[in-house]
Amino acid sequence: MKNLKLIALLVIPALFSTSCSNDDAPVNEEEVITTVRVTLVGGGQTIILESKDLDGDGPNDPVLTPIGGGALVAGTTYTGSTEFLNELEDPAEDITVEVQEEGAEHQVFYQLTPSLGTVTYNATNVDINGKPIGLSFTLVAGTSGSTGNLTVTLRHELDKSAAGVASGVITNAGGSTDAEVTFSLAVN
Amino acid sequence: MRFLSILFFFLVGFLGYAQVAITGIISDENGLPLRDAHVHIANKTTSTDVNGSYVLSGIPKGKQKLYISFIGYHAIAETIEISTDLTINRQLKLDVTKLDDITIQQLSNSKSESSNEQVLKSATIEKFSNQTLGEALKEVSGVSILKTGSTIVKPVINGLHSSRVPIINNNVRLEDQQWGTEHAPNFDINAAGKITVIKGASALQYGGDAIGGIVFIEPEVIKKDTLVGKTILNLASNGMGGSLSSSLQKGNRYGWSWNALGTFKYLGDRETPDYVLSNSGNREQNFSGGIRFAKEKYNFNAMYSFYNAQIGIIKASHIGNVNDLYNSINNQQPSVIEPFSYSIDAPKQEVQHHLAKINFQRWLSENTSIDLQYAFQFNNRLEFDVRRSSANNDKAALDLQLATHTFLADYKTVIGNWRLKSGLNLGYQNNFANPETGVRPLIPSYEKLDAGLYGIAVYKFDNATSLESGIRYDFSTIEATKYYLKSRWTERGYDANFSHFILGEEGNQWLTKPTFNYHNITANIGFRKQFHHEMEWLVNASLASRNPNPSELFSDGLHHSTGQVELGDLRLEKEQAYKLNATFKKDWKSFQVQLNPFINRISNFIYLQPIGFETTIRGAFPVWEFKQTEALLTGFDINTKWKITNHFSHELGMAYVNGQNLSSDDYLIDMPPFVINNKIQYKNESWFNFVSELKSELVFRQNQFPNYNFETNIVVNNELTPVLVDISSPPKGYHLLHFYSEMTFKINKKNSLTTSFSVQNIMDTTYRDYLNRQRFFVDEMGRNIQIQLKFNY
Repeated sequence: MKNLKLIALLVIPALFSTSCSNDDAPVNEEEVITTVRVTLVGGGQTIILESKDLDGDGPNDPVLTPIGGGALVAGTTYTGSTEFLNELEDPAEDITVEVQEEGAEHQVFYQLTPSLGTVTYNATNVDINGKPIGLSFTLVAGTSGSTGNLTVTLRHELDKSAAGVASGVITNAGGSTDAEVTFSLAVN
Repeated sequence: MRFLSILFFFLVGFLGYAQVAITGIISDENGLPLRDAHVHIANKTTSTDVNGSYVLSGIPKGKQKLYISFIGYHAIAETIEISTDLTINRQLKLDVTKLDDITIQQLSNSKSESSNEQVLKSATIEKFSNQTLGEALKEVSGVSILKTGSTIVKPVINGLHSSRVPIINNNVRLEDQQWGTEHAPNFDINAAGKITVIKGASALQYGGDAIGGIVFIEPEVIKKDTLVGKTILNLASNGMGGSLSSSLQKGNRYGWSWNALGTFKYLGDRETPDYVLSNSGNREQNFSGGIRFAKEKYNFNAMYSFYNAQIGIIKASHIGNVNDLYNSINNQQPSVIEPFSYSIDAPKQEVQHHLAKINFQRWLSENTSIDLQYAFQFNNRLEFDVRRSSANNDKAALDLQLATHTFLADYKTVIGNWRLKSGLNLGYQNNFANPETGVRPLIPSYEKLDAGLYGIAVYKFDNATSLESGIRYDFSTIEATKYYLKSRWTERGYDANFSHFILGEEGNQWLTKPTFNYHNITANIGFRKQFHHEMEWLVNASLASRNPNPSELFSDGLHHSTGQVELGDLRLEKEQAYKLNATFKKDWKSFQVQLNPFINRISNFIYLQPIGFETTIRGAFPVWEFKQTEALLTGFDINTKWKITNHFSHELGMAYVNGQNLSSDDYLIDMPPFVINNKIQYKNESWFNFVSELKSELVFRQNQFPNYNFETNIVVNNELTPVLVDISSPPKGYHLLHFYSEMTFKINKKNSLTTSFSVQNIMDTTYRDYLNRQRFFVDEMGRNIQIQLKFNY
């Protein structure tokens, strides 16, 4: 290619300076979320649900732990918190902080199969307008024997005043999705 | 080439018989002979020779029509009484308003002798002063448009677009990242004096890769010592804005001449009949200027143009994952509707295109010229996205800087009945994908070198019959610098064939330098026969070859503006197209018909096919992959013009394309549906040149489409539920009515004012178009009322 470039320069008067220097530096990918981690504490138990996708938009699916999904105890009340991380950085970047800081533009939604129980926002995790951000929540497990999913969604630039949004209903929220993961759960 | 023309020579008989003969000399105002002027008496036509003289024999006696024309001059039309042999000499007057080639009008003006050229003249172009090149080109039947929203418009010729339809602006091939379907041509429509469309690859001088067709844009050139100006002001109700374009031109036949043009556009959100298309505004600030110095034996041109556009991308089309896509398709309602605004937020595009060129033409003899040209283009495309961190919203997510140098040398000569053209081109291109964006670029940095050689011969058997043949060779080499995610490299299976491209590694990425060389031979052969004046037949067969573009080779990753993962393929081979194109024209004085059937067999046709979805931490995204297949495109365009009375006329245009995917025995995706356009015009010159037009645009539903729907799981009522994402079904057909009227007031001999009033989509019809990439998200624009004022001075 060097030769080709020389030929090109010989035949073509390079009247204009252009950005010919191909920068071989890789893109330092910003704004990547690799990991969504949900921690449930209750009944003397700590359950960590994690989804990790280290190749970002690459072809590999996120890796979900624990394998086979989490197990809740019927009727137990869990204190839940959700973290967002970029583990491509070393040390890992905690994006939860940014979600909290720009809380007015963000909200986390939890969609839980009804038989598994209910999720309610923790009233203390609110933005400057007093609207929920949803990083912390309470999960009350349902009846024993039920199985299903918990879908956690982080929305950005959503309409926080739309109907139902403040109580955690995603339907009218709009905005764009920054993260969305689905965990398998069972109630024992 | 030569033997083919001789073959045709034998196949074609001569017409020759005598009744009365007319001879004469055609000259210009100064008495200088005009060569190649068109002379038409009764049903015989000829052109003048070097001395301006002509002979027409076999003219029947009696009252006959005489018609003499020459490009750039006022035509003469009169009726004469013929009883014996006659001599008719005429002088033609220079027409300052007529447009012509950049070069002196002695050699043929046409790009291709045997292809049907469809031309848009400045009167038509001016109607679109407020709009885009694509929308103006839609006036040509067989040309449809591919849209992204309402402001990004690309022409589609006989079902093909983007890299398959090169745009030649002022003799320079536009290099503006044209591979992208949401990259509109970076060109100010106001700078066009004349636009020519050729529906095929027959214009070999400009490249052998015009598989779909080619668009030529030429500026207005005035060859008389005069200074003219033009200002066009447009106001549009939909978008609550408009444009102002002003140009000045100093014409001259010899010596110095110059021109300058400036255009401003400013429009806010467009509206559908039911809601505002939030963030659909656009702005343009364009400038172009040129100087020319001409002597009898040579001329020199230099020009520069700058195109600067800011284009909003409808907010509702910025989707997250496949859930959003599913909801949008099923709800048929945009997810974001805000009150009308002029502001343009992310997602948006900011595009700048610089073009500078110098051109030198020298006449070695009366019949021979050489042309040398160097052009430089610099294109900077910035695409802004909705970022997770709002601090980054004013940082582009895509920043491509494309610099292109081209050098052309062309030689033209006429020897007897032969007209020969030959030349070479050299090009160097450098694309720089700025890594500062913090987003992996869809297109990598690359360098590209091109070299081409062509030869075209036209043999004129007589004035009505000619044969054209051309051949071209192109060499191209491209070297990209790209980081591949290791997981992607493996998933694509590149290790087997391309491990030698890997230079190093960086974390979870491979640093690669994919390099490809291409050698292409392209050719065409065509035949033109004019049966009297009333009927003409053109046939053209061409072989075109197009190398895969950087997007097709290297794309890998999420295209944020469309919410889809696009995957290129290093294994893609060049496309080869065999196109057979015919045109039949028949002219019954008040009724004209033109029929234009075609067959385009494309080997290794590259297209983007949805293949399913990939799951990321943001949910699932639809994946579209560049694939290659054997394709067959067939279709026809029909045009008729009917002069009903002196005042009323009617025009009809129809276009049909059938695209077959032969490998999978299916239809091709994204083929334009069947269209019928009807226009009734009323014209009355005595009422200040009053013109009024009503146009009906009938677009049928595209029923020939492949089914690429896929299933995914979305959460419904807090439960994961499998659903079908219908990305294949085309929208319903639609019918639109448009109105246009204008009047011209002469202020004095030189100055005039033309006012026009037009309404697009009079009925405020709600519709979606199959060829709009945002049809999943929003409706098309509703009614738009426009006023235009044009001053000529």
